Amino acid sequence: MDFIPIDYESLRIIWWALLGILLIGFAIMGGMDLGIGALLPAVARTDEERRVLLNLIGPTWEGNQVWLVLGGGAIFAAWPPLYAVSFSGFYLAMIVILLALILRPVGFKFRGKITDRRWREAWDWALFVGGFVPSVIFGVAVGNVLLGAPFSLDATLRPQYLGTFFGLLTPFALLCGLVSLAMVATMGASVIAARTEGAIAQRARIYGRWAGLAALGLFGLGGLWVAFGIEGYVITSTVVTDAASNPLNKTVARQAGAWLANYGNQPWMMIAPFLGFVGLGLAVYYLGERWNVPAILASGLAIFGIVSTAGLSLFPFLLPSSFDPDASLTVWDASSSHLTLFIMLIATVIFLPIILAYTSWVYKVMSGPVTPKSLGRNPNAY
Amino acid sequence: MMIDQTVVDLSRAQFAATALYHFLFVPLTLGLSFMMAIMESVYVMTGREIWRKMTLFWGTLFGINFAMGVATGIVMEFQFGMNWSYYSHYVGDVFGAPLAIEGLMAFFLEATFIGLFFFGWDRLSKVGHLVVTWLVALGANFSALWILIANGWMQYPVGATFNPDTMRMEITNFMEVIFNPVAQTKFVHTVSAGYVTGAVFVLAVSALFLLRGNHIELAKRSIVVAASFGLAAALSVVVLGDESGYVATEHQKMKIAAMEAMYHTEAAPAGLALVAFPQADGSIWEIKIPWVLGLITTRSFDTELPGIDDLVIQAGERIRNGLKAYTALETLQADRTNEAARTTIGETWPDLGYALLLKRYRVDIENATDAEVAMAAADTVPDVWPLFWTFRLMVGVGFFFIAFFALAFWKASRGTLDKHKSFLKVAVAVLPLPWIAAEAGWIIAEYGRQPWAIEGVLPTFYAASGLTVTDLVISLSFYVTVYTILAVIMVWLMTKAINAGPKDYVALLNGETEEVPQAPSPTAAHPAPAE
Repeated sequence: MDFIPIDYESLRIIWWALLGILLIGFAIMGGMDLGIGALLPAVARTDEERRVLLNLIGPTWEGNQVWLVLGGGAIFAAWPPLYAVSFSGFYLAMIVILLALILRPVGFKFRGKITDRRWREAWDWALFVGGFVPSVIFGVAVGNVLLGAPFSLDATLRPQYLGTFFGLLTPFALLCGLVSLAMVATMGASVIAARTEGAIAQRARIYGRWAGLAALGLFGLGGLWVAFGIEGYVITSTVVTDAASNPLNKTVARQAGAWLANYGNQPWMMIAPFLGFVGLGLAVYYLGERWNVPAILASGLAIFGIVSTAGLSLFPFLLPSSFDPDASLTVWDASSSHLTLFIMLIATVIFLPIILAYTSWVYKVMSGPVTPKSLGRNPNAY
Repeated sequence: MMIDQTVVDLSRAQFAATALYHFLFVPLTLGLSFMMAIMESVYVMTGREIWRKMTLFWGTLFGINFAMGVATGIVMEFQFGMNWSYYSHYVGDVFGAPLAIEGLMAFFLEATFIGLFFFGWDRLSKVGHLVVTWLVALGANFSALWILIANGWMQYPVGATFNPDTMRMEITNFMEVIFNPVAQTKFVHTVSAGYVTGAVFVLAVSALFLLRGNHIELAKRSIVVAASFGLAAALSVVVLGDESGYVATEHQKMKIAAMEAMYHTEAAPAGLALVAFPQADGSIWEIKIPWVLGLITTRSFDTELPGIDDLVIQAGERIRNGLKAYTALETLQADRTNEAARTTIGETWPDLGYALLLKRYRVDIENATDAEVAMAAADTVPDVWPLFWTFRLMVGVGFFFIAFFALAFWKASRGTLDKHKSFLKVAVAVLPLPWIAAEAGWIIAEYGRQPWAIEGVLPTFYAASGLTVTDLVISLSFYVTVYTILAVIMVWLMTKAINAGPKDYVALLNGETEEVPQAPSPTAAHPAPAE
């Protein structure tokens, strides 16, 4: 492919980074909505308080969820083997996530249509599940990627998964699930504190500080566990960075502490976990001081740091195989073709800045506090 | 390892069920979004409040439908990887790109501005809000464009080649994928069908209001918009559907032959069977219009249209040729430096998919018997009779709507529609028809492509994930249960919103609270306006 101005190796690294950006985009933007969903019953006690929270995220949650849709689409287009292996392998976990993602759009829309108390409480419960469950499962999924998933590939590259649903729920994976939940809850609480008034904002600050402290402890525990408790993976054959994408052309070994090797070779990468800790610490502090906007920024920084930490620790692995390590999917052998990566890069370079521009504009239009009084004015309020 | 046929059948049933269900909400989103944009444009141009009231009222119904579309749409995107993992590996390099671009260019736009459409009325200028509404409509339609580019490639896989090193199809020419003639005709045909659906919906609900003597001003104006928009769309759906037929003849001869129950090649120009029934003795009893089929599908008097029998013979030849590619591929896997094998694959890969049809009968397909080749060739014939009749159903509904909208347009332009009670009753009664036609269209496109997931390239059974029957039973029962409950709730809420009719939005927007039942929670200080 002589006419492609960027070489295959660089495109693979760019797409690894773009995948990270899309997932971080979802973890921050979608995470604030999921976090608010998970905090819904605790922070908002009455119907009116719950309506305040739902109308706070109502105008923007749909756009935020597209980060996930786009993340899925980008994995399909740029990393087809990863999409094929992970989505089919984690089948029942995906079904649970889908249950939550189906309940959310209809929950937001349907809840306010009827004034019956049981109706609204049923949808409150659905919206809580729709926020809580995916927050945990996304973390559990990352935990399982770090542990390696039990899959094999035959000579035609057909994936076969050999694990079970309950096999995913190991202690380490559950710890990652809790890190994820605590992290998005901190984010959600910071947004509630900034955009509401009175009792809701006060409760959000309290829950947000606890969530931030929990995330801080759990993230640290996770780091220790990765260092001393689980084995990482290393490529043991010669690494060819621009070969055709076929995961079977290499050898891989499991090694204790391998997930920390990148930080030794490239010390600048330590900035990622550093940002995770600092962001969480600052979020807890700002929430206590009632510095609302800084608390949101600090929570976002924490999410950026934590998700980046997982990605950098794994690099160049995307999904190691615990059953047949040689079949592990890596940045160098599980991508799309050179041309497809380039086409998708052009599309992203054109559209991502446009998306960021209009998303910011929508947030600007919808800015300002959400109060019971402001709800009465909108005929479309939830 | 042989592929578990029960898992394949359940995966197909699940995909069909979830796609058909999702496709109940898509056409209305496509049509209603444009009609709302038209109504709001009139509001901005004339400044007359009734048009904003119309936009808000139809917008409420749009919102209920849209939520269902979003909820069921995310399932579709994940399902390729979950249930069709070999498909995802085998064609992700090509098929994934339009799906991802759909997210970047269309769905992000639609989903971001839908929030402002509902929540931005009192925060944006008139023109500002109008732009938002148009962006939602554009987003929905761009979304259909990219999804149908992806689907068009499944029908006619251009611009890609098989790479033996990665064991998958890879893009060679992306412009061919985008400007695929099948994709382009499918796009215009499908969005037009969506516009018809939107128009029938608005017309039927407005007719109901007129029959009840409610909301006359809103209903009469809505009918004018629906009748003109619907007439243009109904004409375009049939004309462009005919174009689809012409394009399909070039690229999917078997689908056309099956749709027409044309078991034997006929002398050109072939006749079109209006109705046909298989007889006990194996012959077919039919009423035929001479020449018409040949003219529609080939646009000529002398091009022969191949029958199913000839196409099966051709499939047998392609299976044998594909086995050369398959054998060469096995050679290459054992010895990556074998250039002769590489050359053979380069020449014969377009038939590799046909050889894979044999995988249903044995693992070592290079040793397939003549009988197995014959069975695999026979597998290339889709189920003739379901296609034959769904096609006639869809076309019949299409022609009916041209007449229906012509009449509605004529009456509406004379302003006499509210006096024709019988026509109004018909308008209410035909409400389900566009959905029936749309689902029929999906069945023709997708069921008619069987046994292929990607026409001629990847058999459907070969594309499925290696899941267990238990996995599928759990997921299928989950979808059926959740989707049934949601369908009941949605229809109930929709009916409730229609019966409640448009509200006095102006008063609400000006901060006056509406007379509504007391909010449920005793602690709530303010009454909650029920939407």
